[in-house]
Amino acid sequence: MKYLDEYRDGPIAAKLVERIKRAQTKPWVIMEVCGGQTHSIVKNGIDQLLPKGVELVHGPGCPVCVTPLEMIDKAHAIARRPEVIFCSFGDMLRVPGSDGDLFRIKSQGGDVRVVYSPLDCLKIAKANPEKQVVFFAIGFETTAPANAMLAWQAKQMDLKNVSLLVSHVLVPPAIEAVLSSPQNRVQGFLGPGHVCAVVGYAEYEPLAARFRVPIVITGFEPLDILEGVLMTVEQLEQGRAEVENQYSRVLARGGNHPARERIARVFEVGDRKWRGVGTIPQSGFQLREEFREFDAEHRFSVEAIDTMEPEVCIAGQILQGIKKPHDCPAFGGECTPQHPLGATMVSAEGACAAYYTYGRHLKDADLTLHRASASGTPDLVTLGDQK
Amino acid sequence: MCLAIPGKVVEIFTNEGMHMGRVQFGGVTREACLDYVPETQVGEYVLVHVGFAISRVDEEEARRTYEALAELDQLGELEVPEVEESAGSRSGSGV
Ligand code: SF4
Repeated sequence: MKYLDEYRDGPIAAKLVERIKRAQTKPWVIMEVCGGQTHSIVKNGIDQLLPKGVELVHGPGCPVCVTPLEMIDKAHAIARRPEVIFCSFGDMLRVPGSDGDLFRIKSQGGDVRVVYSPLDCLKIAKANPEKQVVFFAIGFETTAPANAMLAWQAKQMDLKNVSLLVSHVLVPPAIEAVLSSPQNRVQGFLGPGHVCAVVGYAEYEPLAARFRVPIVITGFEPLDILEGVLMTVEQLEQGRAEVENQYSRVLARGGNHPARERIARVFEVGDRKWRGVGTIPQSGFQLREEFREFDAEHRFSVEAIDTMEPEVCIAGQILQGIKKPHDCPAFGGECTPQHPLGATMVSAEGACAAYYTYGRHLKDADLTLHRASASGTPDLVTLGDQK
Repeated sequence: MCLAIPGKVVEIFTNEGMHMGRVQFGGVTREACLDYVPETQVGEYVLVHVGFAISRVDEEEARRTYEALAELDQLGELEVPEVEESAGSRSGSGV
């Protein structure tokens, strides 16, 4: 458990916690949607500072975690081809598919490269004209303008050796899926700040009205999150269900217009499968017909793949806020960041990895040791075995 | 991976028809596409996500956000080496 005096803005944080305590009279369940928020909440112990009646549950906002197993397996099949240079964000390399991960393919001689930006693929393609450069285009709305630009530029530059394996997901349909589930407990949402910096938050208004839930678009810093929780609790207590913007210093209701326009030119909305959750209608982007020639699924016909998910993994329920990492029998034992069984144990934004990294699998006495040896800057890879 | 990192625009140029900039993050300078924030001037701060500026911010907000990301160990993507233009280079392969 983290104490308030460890916060950079301790006194302000204490005031916000006090105001939440005063505002709250009934028990409420609030979901933070963005994986960056989950990481910040667990690292800063924000969930443990809140009054008992305010429970935070973790949402589906980790793009690495929700990329479906079929897509991971497809990526692996393409990455194994000798003519391919497979480019990806670093987080995807350790995500387990049905048979190993991209790291293993790289160690077996596959040309797998971590890139900082999708635009790096253009340079790699120009430098390697005899190779096919494939980019694993995953992400939420925040990443869509970047991935859209790769397809756009490839077309402008008439590059025949660039393609995108697209597995893009959208936040509002995921919120709708959470709220429509018969097991849903969530009564209010902290909306994702940086996603809304791109697409704005007008789309959340019909959701708030239809399901009668407050949605407060929130940043990821501890004070942002506490303020977002306060605004959500106040709405719940007053019986309001509105979209509010806690993060107004960064984003506007309409989002970023040039970015939205480019996304709309390149992508169209279609059904998408989410790992552990299943298909959510109209929940992702796919390339428009005019850009189909840059679709890696189209270019490399990968035959139907039989996927195998470890039976014990309950990541799907964790991503929907129904369960927490502690509820999984493999958490911290069979499944650790060194040997992840599910994607939520891979990305720093996955709930299982965040719980593990910040010692939530330990008893209180061990935790003190764990935190002392972690010296304030825990690292996902090295911390794992300090049990 | 939906977090964007704030940095200061230190140079603006064009490449392949794109509005590009060099953006400084702490001690690191990287290329970023400025097409989505076309009005940005040298000396201003932008939020950059995977090589794309998605929003302009003021200096104070930039500083706070940068510190918060550092505390969360979320600046790792800046360590991925930059890909050089030169033919045959394999500089994108660092892991
Ligand atoms: S601890 Fe591992 S096995 Fe359990 S739900 Fe999380 S990722 Fe899946």
